[in-house]
Amino acid sequence: MSDRLSHLERLEAESMHIMREVAAEARHPVMLYSIGKDSSVMLRLAIKAFHPAPPPFPLMHINTTWKFREMIAFRDKTAAEAGMELISYTNQEGLDAGFNPFDHGSNYTRIMKTEALKQALDKHGFDAAFGGARRDEEKSRAKERIFSFRSASHAWDPKNQRPELWRLYNMRVNDGESMRIFPLSNWTELDIWAYILKEAIPIVPLYFAAERPVVMRDGQWIMVDDERMRLTPGETPEMRSIRFRTLGCYPLTGAIESSADTLEAIVAEMMAARTSERGGRLIDKEASASMERKKREGYF
Amino acid sequence: MRNEAYSAEAVSAAASADTLRLLTCGSVDDGKSTLIGRLLYDSQFLMEDQVTELESDSKKHGTAGDEIDFALLVDGLEAEREQGITIDVAYRFFATPRRRFIVADTPGHIQYTRNMATGASTADLAILLVDATKGVLTQTRRHALIVSMLGVRDVVLAVNKMDLVDFDPAVFDQIVADFEAFAAQITIDRITAIPMSARYGDNISKRSDRTSYYDGPTLLEHLERVEPVNRAADTPLRIPVQWVCRPNQSFRGFAGPVVSGRVAVGDEIVAAASGRTSRIARILVGEAERTSAANGESVMVTLTDEIDLSRGDVIAAKDARPQLSDQFAADIVWMDAEHLLPGRPYLLKSMARTVPVQVTDLKYRTDVDTMEHNAAKVLELNEIGVVNLATAEPIAFDPYEENRDTGGFILIDRFTNHTVAAGAIRFALRRASNIHWQALDVDRTARAKLKHQLPTVLWFTGLSGSGKSTVANLVEKRLYSRGRHTIVLDGDNVRHGLNRDLGFTDADRVENIRRVAEAAKLMTDAGLIVLVSFISPFRSERQLARELMPAGEFLEVFVDAPIEVCRTRDPKGLYARADAGEIKNFTGVDSPYEPPEAPDLHLDTAAEDPEALAEQVIAHLESLGRLAVE
Repeated sequence: MSDRLSHLERLEAESMHIMREVAAEARHPVMLYSIGKDSSVMLRLAIKAFHPAPPPFPLMHINTTWKFREMIAFRDKTAAEAGMELISYTNQEGLDAGFNPFDHGSNYTRIMKTEALKQALDKHGFDAAFGGARRDEEKSRAKERIFSFRSASHAWDPKNQRPELWRLYNMRVNDGESMRIFPLSNWTELDIWAYILKEAIPIVPLYFAAERPVVMRDGQWIMVDDERMRLTPGETPEMRSIRFRTLGCYPLTGAIESSADTLEAIVAEMMAARTSERGGRLIDKEASASMERKKREGYF
Repeated sequence: MRNEAYSAEAVSAAASADTLRLLTCGSVDDGKSTLIGRLLYDSQFLMEDQVTELESDSKKHGTAGDEIDFALLVDGLEAEREQGITIDVAYRFFATPRRRFIVADTPGHIQYTRNMATGASTADLAILLVDATKGVLTQTRRHALIVSMLGVRDVVLAVNKMDLVDFDPAVFDQIVADFEAFAAQITIDRITAIPMSARYGDNISKRSDRTSYYDGPTLLEHLERVEPVNRAADTPLRIPVQWVCRPNQSFRGFAGPVVSGRVAVGDEIVAAASGRTSRIARILVGEAERTSAANGESVMVTLTDEIDLSRGDVIAAKDARPQLSDQFAADIVWMDAEHLLPGRPYLLKSMARTVPVQVTDLKYRTDVDTMEHNAAKVLELNEIGVVNLATAEPIAFDPYEENRDTGGFILIDRFTNHTVAAGAIRFALRRASNIHWQALDVDRTARAKLKHQLPTVLWFTGLSGSGKSTVANLVEKRLYSRGRHTIVLDGDNVRHGLNRDLGFTDADRVENIRRVAEAAKLMTDAGLIVLVSFISPFRSERQLARELMPAGEFLEVFVDAPIEVCRTRDPKGLYARADAGEIKNFTGVDSPYEPPEAPDLHLDTAAEDPEALAEQVIAHLESLGRLAVE
């Protein structure tokens, strides 16, 4: 028997090792759960890492209140099946002040996602938070460490990150400081899908093509998920067979036209389309290198 | 991904391909980013919108004229785009149908050498770039040395920018000869030299027709075919225990990676620290029950016996135990802006174990140009040296040459929490089993009891002229008059005797305090109340002193006065001399003082008189019950 692990086996082992280090060393860890396919893989790996015990940390979802309804239903079912506590946090002040994805653009994202996340981490005193970000998603993420040190104000300083050697991670922090941990750092989008296939991991149905009500905006299909969707004069929702490559707040998440309604078909389509994944998220298009600025502010 | 790979089967096949982890290194402007961008582009791993963005970015920021600037694909951070340089290590992914690749892209700037060591620690192979117009440089040698020190045995010497020397074979041969001469002094098993031009694609994925003298593989062919040596497969079983799993009374599992060897149900194992033996009862990988697991897998094992085993221990093959020691010789790369100071306490993390450690001796610093060993008092950022280390407890290890995981470690600063060094254990200086404490019949408690007091260290710290000696002297007089047994260790006095060989550099200050702390400890063993009056400017060393004493026995007294007040007092005329430049490294003038964050006592000598302050100290001792023991 060959002792050389396959690519996926090596990635799986690495992620499990990272999660166990955090469970052993952090005082109060949490897993940020965004309900997307990467989160699904991350949760699956956590269950594997600690089996037969449940993962020794809660799941936390930052709820902007604008997520697809199907996401929320999937979230509640998944957490219950995993036997894990689920914390849902919303920036109530932001909500009360009326921040919404139609009027406030990137400010909405900052208030309802970035600020909300900081508030939630502070409120619960978490000193370690798992996130599902991958290095292949975006150029500035290629330089992110697996264990990303954040100051007491949650800021990320690209010039002050700790070297990571071998499998040795230094997660010592002083009071108020914290770590963001990215156990999927070395996974690519292709690996994520291959793993979902291999392990038959459940994902939100929105990833599969179906007839859904949409409007065309800035060259992207935007789904009309509920009555809060503001339509501009002349816009009429139409039914199209669409699916999503990433999931977020529905008014900001572009869909693609597709008939792929099985995992196999999704993967085949993805390989053929060759359009990188974050292209489907409107917020990334606003300024070049915007992601790096968002990260400095504490966005994942 | 090539175009035929569009099916789910192909995805699964790609995922079951193996992985090659490599790092790219070389000097500034040797063309690393261009090379990686070219590999990504040629392997067709890029998405269409990335190519479009690349083309528009090339027009905006590019340095390649009207052509595509491949470096823009990988230079991610704003700062480096503006400066046109790479400033941090980045990880890239590409694939061919045969293999998946994870590339650690590491910068060439001297101040970022630490990132190169980071990339090398997990790499199977290193691509070392050399600019054909410049030849082998100091940086090339430094990087080759780090690659070798971190155990990467396979090196591709990528002689880049051959287009700028008209693909001249003599230039190529000379660079290869220069590098081989240097490599003979370090440990590299295989050097594959390839002449190339990353910008024009010569010998990257396509064979160049401009290098007829070269008949070896293209870079991509070599990366696809090379069989990296997997040393971990052939070394004895090691599973560092990360986490103990106890969901219920009937299950006690030990979670950890199989860092070397393989493990099977029924194997005889030993707990490295205690030497207790058992057998493997079950092996779980996730929910799957297995009969064996290979190195690299993250497993959960149970044992047939209840033996003492917790995080930080190592499960090892019974007939091939790791060594156990608390003193080592090791290679280190220093990675922090603050220098390595021998004697200063750090933390050492090796596998799942973190223990206090001291660098007891800096044996030498290696000059990477000449490979000479130079005597040194400190190691600075990016310097490489050999040290002796003493850990507070024995740890299990293997020499790094035999096992990267059980022989590699990092050092952590206890105050900044920075990772300050990467190290590789060479050998143990002595076996832990040979250390014997002489057991004494009359112990410290007995001696102190005779004196009706609890042994205590009063550690007075503060600037020169703050009033440490004045207050310490008054406290001692009061204690003496009450029949207590005391001694004062004064900075100036000790420097005339015990520490007469030490100066005032940071390294000497650390050693100064270490010796005084040890002397104070011996005196508390004798039952005394020890009043230490030392500037002791660094938190780390005061912490070291505190940790030498049993809990509660060390009281830090911060003798505080603003530096202007100390200057005015200047009882020995030292500030005046320091200001005139006659004294170097004077605390408060050209050497820092780190005030205590949470002293046991805080005395403000600018606001209160010394008698009252001495009384406060006595009152504090009484309140702790240290002066009245029957």
